[in-house]
Amino acid sequence: MSTSIALIALGAFLASAVEMVEALTIVLGVGVVRGWRSTLIGAGSALVVLAVLVAALGPALRYVPIGSLRLVVGALLLAFGLQWLRKAILRASGFKAVRDESEAFREEREQAAVAGRELRAGLDWYSFTVAFKGVLLEGLEVVFIVIAFGSAQRHVAVAATGAAIAFVVVVIAGVLAKGPLSRVPENTIKFAVGLLLTSFGCFWGAEGAGVDWPGDELSLLGAVGFFVVVSLALVRLLRRRRLVLVAARAEA
Amino acid sequence: MRYLRAFGRFWWSFVVGDDWLVAAAVAAAIGLTALLTHEGVNAWWLLPAAVVVALADSLRRESRRS
Repeated sequence: MSTSIALIALGAFLASAVEMVEALTIVLGVGVVRGWRSTLIGAGSALVVLAVLVAALGPALRYVPIGSLRLVVGALLLAFGLQWLRKAILRASGFKAVRDESEAFREEREQAAVAGRELRAGLDWYSFTVAFKGVLLEGLEVVFIVIAFGSAQRHVAVAATGAAIAFVVVVIAGVLAKGPLSRVPENTIKFAVGLLLTSFGCFWGAEGAGVDWPGDELSLLGAVGFFVVVSLALVRLLRRRRLVLVAARAEA
Repeated sequence: MRYLRAFGRFWWSFVVGDDWLVAAAVAAAIGLTALLTHEGVNAWWLLPAAVVVALADSLRRESRRS
């Protein structure tokens, strides 16, 4: 297995896992309070839409010339990945709150408890729409990553398999835990996904622009290592900056 | 028209996110890389360097706001 294929599978797995943990919290919050039938139909419908998107867009992108595809996909991945990385660095340094799945679960349950009951097509419409939207919106990021990762290297199936395995793992873990997966180190995973997206985006974006990377595919590992070092240095700098700010505020 | 706007807003926030300057810097750096490559310079170093500068600048601005 080549370096890039292994990293594609890993990136899709991690991105899917972290998004599915968030979707699971929504589905559990609604299902526990309002019942499972409509909630699971909503979540299942969203999964069907996501699978259709991957099945339709993945093969269609095969007809786009690889150079142009890598340029566009690289630019999009880079812009998208830098959002993940930026937020992960801000969370790791204390400038942004870390997502708390238990708190999100509590809020979801509270909202589900006070929402009105409206029946449409034999379904509790609130449960259906909240579960559908939750899974769809969290899943769209996964679809984007799967298609972008897969198409630029012509390995959509590898990326889709990584995402599907993550989905199965999260669902099994959720069933076993009977609650939100609050012990999953979400920010660390998001950090890793941000690093992979940024590295792939950089690699393909530059390649699409006509660059020949020294060492060819091995440069990808070099890019990952480079961004790991830079990101950790930025976390350290920001932590120091935050300590100074907190001390200054305490004095004032 | 309302749906089109909402659709556009969704994709803007999906791809560009909180800091449009980062996305603009990425686009400019890729454009410059293509230009240099066209002129015969193998500018593989440009994009990683631009990413570091754009990321550090964005974090600096965000930390000042907090």
